[in-house]
Amino acid sequence: MKSFTYEKANSPAAAAAAAAGSSNARFIAGGTNLLDLMKLEIETPSHLIDVNGLAFDKIEPTQEGGLRIGALVRNTALAADERIRRDYGLLSRALLSGASGQLRNKATTAGNLLQRTRCPYFYDTNQPCNKRTPGSGCAAIGGVTRQHAVLGSSESCIATHPSDMAIAMRALDATVETVRPDGTTRAIPIADLHRLPGETPHIETTLSAGELITSVTLPKPVGGTHIYRKVRDRASYAFALVSVGAIVQRDGTGRVAVGGVAHKPWRVEAAEAEMPRGAKAVATRLLDGARPTRDNSFKLALVERTLAAVLSEAKG
Amino acid sequence: MPTPNEFEISRRNLLVGTVTSVAIGASHGANAQNAASRSHAPAQGMPATAKVSFSVNGEVRALELDTRTTLLDALREHLHLTGTKKGCDHGQCGACTVIVGGQRVNSCLTLAVMHEGDSVTTIEGLGTPEHMHPMQTAFVTHDGFQCGYCTPGQICSAVAVLDEIKAGIPSHVTGDLTIAPQLTNAELRERMSGNICRCGAYSNIAEAITEVAGRPA
Repeated sequence: MKSFTYEKANSPAAAAAAAAGSSNARFIAGGTNLLDLMKLEIETPSHLIDVNGLAFDKIEPTQEGGLRIGALVRNTALAADERIRRDYGLLSRALLSGASGQLRNKATTAGNLLQRTRCPYFYDTNQPCNKRTPGSGCAAIGGVTRQHAVLGSSESCIATHPSDMAIAMRALDATVETVRPDGTTRAIPIADLHRLPGETPHIETTLSAGELITSVTLPKPVGGTHIYRKVRDRASYAFALVSVGAIVQRDGTGRVAVGGVAHKPWRVEAAEAEMPRGAKAVATRLLDGARPTRDNSFKLALVERTLAAVLSEAKG
Repeated sequence: MPTPNEFEISRRNLLVGTVTSVAIGASHGANAQNAASRSHAPAQGMPATAKVSFSVNGEVRALELDTRTTLLDALREHLHLTGTKKGCDHGQCGACTVIVGGQRVNSCLTLAVMHEGDSVTTIEGLGTPEHMHPMQTAFVTHDGFQCGYCTPGQICSAVAVLDEIKAGIPSHVTGDLTIAPQLTNAELRERMSGNICRCGAYSNIAEAITEVAGRPA
């Protein structure tokens, strides 16, 4: 690990300003992804700003009838919250299907969203990776790609975003609230937070330098049956090959977001409109434009079959 | 190959790092109060250090550490509590599991300097050979290990798992999210998935935990 200086932030704006004032600073909260990458010298910050002391650790009602989740609320606490379990079961389910108990106790709401979009070649510093070293090439393309993206990928990168929580947040139309170094705040729809790789896969979000997530808000509950189904190579503690997060209403309409297939949570409103007509109709629209590799073309069938299982479960 | 000059610099840094990271000891209580919220600005080429004070197994320990020191390395290398094990050092195996503020965490994936004022329990704090924790006794009774390397992490995790179920925290296999989770074998196995045992003692580990939980498997 490269040496770094360390400070505890006293206020959100001060934290953002400190980050903007240093050419190579990072915020640290749970640290479970950042420290992992720092040990491999894939992340090499020269300064860490510890934001754990900031007062973003509560889940509070909003005036609109939804919930405001503090950026520092741990994954375990969020999944266990009574209101989340009752009204946003999809979010609880998605969180509980991710990582391990130990990691969920540390990982935060904002950190979960901002974990690196990654693949095994990103971790292997002997291999070229446009995300790790822009312009160096992509070893995954033409390599072993069972886990990789089938949608929204580019000639530069075919990695997937590994967050289960983000799939639920996308289906729930969450909004990400931030503060910038000049003290101004803004609200970013979750759909606009993560970027597709394009030619700059090293830039993964639309946050600006030093911008700090303070909370994530959920709109008022939409009811329906909440299901998160994750298909993976082992029964627990593994990334999704494919995951489907869905909210299904009694009349068969609803929402669906898919994980394990792209650089960001994948949701296509036109595909959702097909939900009353069944999994095949939804999958056809959802997977429009898919570019699988030889290794991961199975994901196309797996998305449809997982959708079928989810819609069948929703019928009860 | 490094030039001789670079080698000299890195060797000196290594020596400096060793000296500055010596445990200061609990008797220097004043250091705990002065614990910096910011690391010392390092001299050119020197690693940054910071003071931190936290309680380990009920005893306050004050340290001045290279900021890179993980909680795991602080426990093992600086406080010489070697019961906590380093397995993968990347949060994948669970051998380093300790309990911080009542919650189990991977001590390899958290920095020591981030734990100012925290209360840490390691395997040494759960029990001693003369006065074993019930979970330790149950692991012995049920042969919940072979090589034993993952065992301290398994036991710390298991103790915390039972607390999590008692606190009503659901898991991936909990059927109904709106009611309290039940103490089933499936629940225990899912919750213990962050602790890998390459000897494959899983069924015995599950039996040991079940015994402590007071329910038949």
